[in-house]
Amino acid sequence: MIDFLIASLTDGLLLGFVYGIAAMGLSLIWGVMRVINLSHGATIALGMFGIYLAFTGLGMNPYLTLPLLAAASLLLGILVYFVAVHRVIDAPYLSTLLATFAVNMIVIGIGTAIFTTSPRNVDFSLGSLSLGPITVTWARVLAALAAAVVTGLLYLFLYRTRLGKSIRAVSNNKAAAELMGIATSWVLAFSFGLGTMLAAISGGLIATFFPFTILAGGGYQVKGFVICVLGGLGNPLGALIGGLILGAMEGIIPAFMETSWVPVLEFILFVIILLVRPTGLLGSKT
Amino acid sequence: MKPWRDPGLWLSLLVTAAIGLWPAVAANKPYAREMMFTVLMSVGLASSLNIMQGYTGYVNFGHIIFFGLGGYVGFYLLSVYHAPLYVAALAGALTAALVAFLLGKAILRLRGAYFALATIGINEAARSFVKNFDPFGGPTGMTLKFHVYQAYGGANQALWITYIALVVLTLLIILVSYLVKTSKFGLGLMAIRENEDAAEVMGIVAPDAKTWAYVLSAVFPGIIGVLFFFKNGNIEPGDAFRLQQSIEVIVMVMLGGQGLVFGPLVGAAVYQRLRGYLLVSPLFKNIQLAVAGLLLLIIILFVPAGLIGWLRGRFPRLRRWLV
Amino acid sequence: MSADIILRVENVSKRFGGLQALSDVTFDLPRGQILGLIGPNGAGKTTLFNAINGIYPPEEGRVLFNGQDITGWKPYRVAKAGLARTHQIVQPLNDLTVLENVMAGACFGHENHPLGRAREIADEVLEFVGLAERRDLLAGSLNVAQKKRLELARALASHPYLLLLDEVLAGLNPAEIAEMVQVVLKIRDQGVTILIIEHVMHALMNVSDRVIVLDYGKQIAEGTPEEIANNPRVIEAYLGDPKLAEKMLRGEV
Repeated sequence: MIDFLIASLTDGLLLGFVYGIAAMGLSLIWGVMRVINLSHGATIALGMFGIYLAFTGLGMNPYLTLPLLAAASLLLGILVYFVAVHRVIDAPYLSTLLATFAVNMIVIGIGTAIFTTSPRNVDFSLGSLSLGPITVTWARVLAALAAAVVTGLLYLFLYRTRLGKSIRAVSNNKAAAELMGIATSWVLAFSFGLGTMLAAISGGLIATFFPFTILAGGGYQVKGFVICVLGGLGNPLGALIGGLILGAMEGIIPAFMETSWVPVLEFILFVIILLVRPTGLLGSKT
Repeated sequence: MKPWRDPGLWLSLLVTAAIGLWPAVAANKPYAREMMFTVLMSVGLASSLNIMQGYTGYVNFGHIIFFGLGGYVGFYLLSVYHAPLYVAALAGALTAALVAFLLGKAILRLRGAYFALATIGINEAARSFVKNFDPFGGPTGMTLKFHVYQAYGGANQALWITYIALVVLTLLIILVSYLVKTSKFGLGLMAIRENEDAAEVMGIVAPDAKTWAYVLSAVFPGIIGVLFFFKNGNIEPGDAFRLQQSIEVIVMVMLGGQGLVFGPLVGAAVYQRLRGYLLVSPLFKNIQLAVAGLLLLIIILFVPAGLIGWLRGRFPRLRRWLV
Repeated sequence: MSADIILRVENVSKRFGGLQALSDVTFDLPRGQILGLIGPNGAGKTTLFNAINGIYPPEEGRVLFNGQDITGWKPYRVAKAGLARTHQIVQPLNDLTVLENVMAGACFGHENHPLGRAREIADEVLEFVGLAERRDLLAGSLNVAQKKRLELARALASHPYLLLLDEVLAGLNPAEIAEMVQVVLKIRDQGVTILIIEHVMHALMNVSDRVIVLDYGKQIAEGTPEEIANNPRVIEAYLGDPKLAEKMLRGEV
C-alpha cells in the first residue's frame, strides 16, 4: 500500500510540474493585465497537435521540437493579443473574457474541421525508470524536467532582463507602471505571448504521455484555473506549487475512491479556496 | 408608466408569441415545432441569465447548471415516480431556486472576475458530481420508458403539450424580465451593476438583492430543463451540464444587447437561426464553431452594446419600442 | 446622551497595516449644525467618514447615531438609519439616467419609497440642485461640476437626518462654489445636520458652525471657525503661514 502510494504520488507530482506551467501562463496573463484567458485551453490543444504533427508528419523528436513550438506560440500569443484583446483591454472584464473565448471557439472550430475529434497520441516510447518501489515512465520524468527548465528560464527572464522587469512592474502596480510609461502595448502583448507559450509547451509535454483530442485543452484549462486559485492568481511561482498540489491530489485520491470523484473534489476545493482565500494559499490575506 | 401601456413590452411579447405560433402555420409542423423549441428554449435561458448578467452585472458561467439540476430532478420524478409533468416542472423550479439560494449566499460575496471563475468551477463540479451520483444513473443518465407518454395521449401529443408549456413559460419569462427591469428591485440591481459600493452606501442591501436576482434567474432554467429532457426522453450529464452551452447563452445575451428585455430575445433567436443555417450549409457545416467565434469577436470588439443596444444608440426614436 | 446630539464619535481608531489612520477621535455633532472637518491630505478625513458609515469599521471606539450604536454596521444599514454621504471621487451610476440615479437615492434610504413617490422626490431634488433639465441624460455624460451636484442630489433624495459631504466643492470654479455654498446652507435650513470635509477654506469657514482639525489621524483642535483660524497649533500643523489664516477668514483663499 505504501509503495503504491509513493508511486502514485511521484506520478502525480511529475504531472503537477506540467500542469503547473500551463497555470503559470494563466497566472502571468492575469497578473499583468487582469484578463482571464479563456483561449488557454485551445492553445494547450495547439501545443499537443504541434508536437503530434512534428512527430508523426516529419519524424521530429518531440523534445527537440519544443523550442520551435515555444517560438511559434509566442508569436501566436502576441498576434492574438493585438487582434482580440488590445481593443477591449480597458473595457469591463466580461469583454476580455468573451474575446478570448471567441478566440478559443475559432481555434477549436478550425481544429475540429481539420483534425476531427478523434483521439491521437504521440507514439514515442522511452521506456520506464525504476528506483526502488517507484516505476515511472521516462516521458513523465522528461516532461517534468522540461517544465522545471522552462520555469527556471521564465524566472531568469522576469528578473534579469529589462523586458522581464517591465512585466513584473506592470504586474505589481499597473497604475504606477502606466505613469512611468512602462505599461506599453508591447509589454502587455509580450506577456500575453509568454502566457500562450507556456500553455503550448504544457500541451506539447502532455501529448508525450497522454492521448488527446482537439477538445482536450478545455479540461486542462479548467485545471489551470484550479491551480491558479490554489497558488494565488497573478503569482507564477504559486502556480507551480499549485500544480504540484493538484498533481499530488490526482495521484493519491484514486487510492481511496473511484477516479471519477477526483474532479468533484478538485472543483469543490477550487470554490472553497476562492471563498476563503481568494488570494490563494500562498497569497497574503486580504 | 403602467406596464400594459408600454409599447416596448408589447413588442417583446408579440415577437415571442410569433415565434411560438410559427409551427401552427408552418407546412411541416413537427419540424417547425422542433426548430422553435430550440429557439424558445434559448430565449428563455438568455432572458433569465440577463437578470444576473445584464441587470446585476454578474457574469455567470454556470447558468446551465440550473437547467441541468432542474432537468435531472424533474426527470427523476417523471421516470421513477411517474409524476405528472407539472409536478416535475415545479420540482425542477424549486430545486434550482434552492440551489441558487444556497450557492448565492456563498459565492455572491465574490466580485467581478472571481465570481465568474467560481461559476466555472461550480459548473464542472455539478457535472462531475452527477456523473458519480448513482440514483441519477451516473455517467449514462436516465431514459424515460415509452409508456410514460401514454398518460399524455401518446408521444406526439406529449410533444405538443411540452411545446405549448414552453411557449407560455417563455412569455412569462419575458414579462418577468420586463417587470424586474422596471421595478424598484431592478433599479437596485442596476445600481449594483454600475457601482456596488456606491449602491450599498445608498442603502441598497446588495447581498440580499443579488441573492434574489440569482434565485429568480435560476428558477426558469430549472423548469426549461424539465421540459427539454421530458421531450428528449433521456438525460445524461454531458447534455445537462455543458459549459459550452452556458457560454453560448452568454453570447446570445451579448449579441442582442445585455440589460435590455428585447436584447436577449433577439440575440437568442438570431443566434439559433444562424447556427441552424451554419449547420445545414455544406460550406459552413464543418467550421460553424469558428464562424460563431468570429461573430462573437466582432460583436465584442465593435458592437459591445449588442444589436438592439446599437439600434437604440443609433436611432433614439426607437427607444420607446426597444426596451 | 442628550437628545439633540445626532452624531457622537467616541475614541475612534483605525489602522491600515502600519499606518495609524485615525487615533482616538472624539466629538459630538449637535442636531441642525454644520460641522467642518479639515486637515492636510492624508490626515484621515475620508477615513473618518468611512468609519462612520461602515465602509471600514473602526478597530476601537464607538459611533452613535441618533442615540443608536452603529459601530460596525454595514453601509446599507447605516443608510437605512438615515445617514447619507457623498464621495470625494464622484460615484455616478454611469449607465443610468440622472433621474434614475437620484430615484435610487430616494428609494433605498431610510424612507424606503416606492418608485412613483421616489420619482416625485427626485424631481424636486433635481430642481433644487439645478439639474432638472438634465434629468434624462446618462449620468456618465455629465461634466465634473454636474456630477458633484448629482452626487449631492442622490444623497439628499434619501431625506437624511445627517449628511456627510466629502469635498463637494473641489474642482469647481468660483461661481460654482458660491452656488454650491448656497445649496449647502439651504440644506441645513431644511433641518439636515451636516458634517463636511472641505479644502476650499473660506467656503468652509463661512458655512461651518464649528470646525474640527485632523492631522496624521489625530484630532488637534476643535472650535468655532475664528478659534480655529487663530489656533497656533492649527496654523503650525496645517496652514504653515499665519497670514494665510487671516486671508482665509477674509475669504481671499
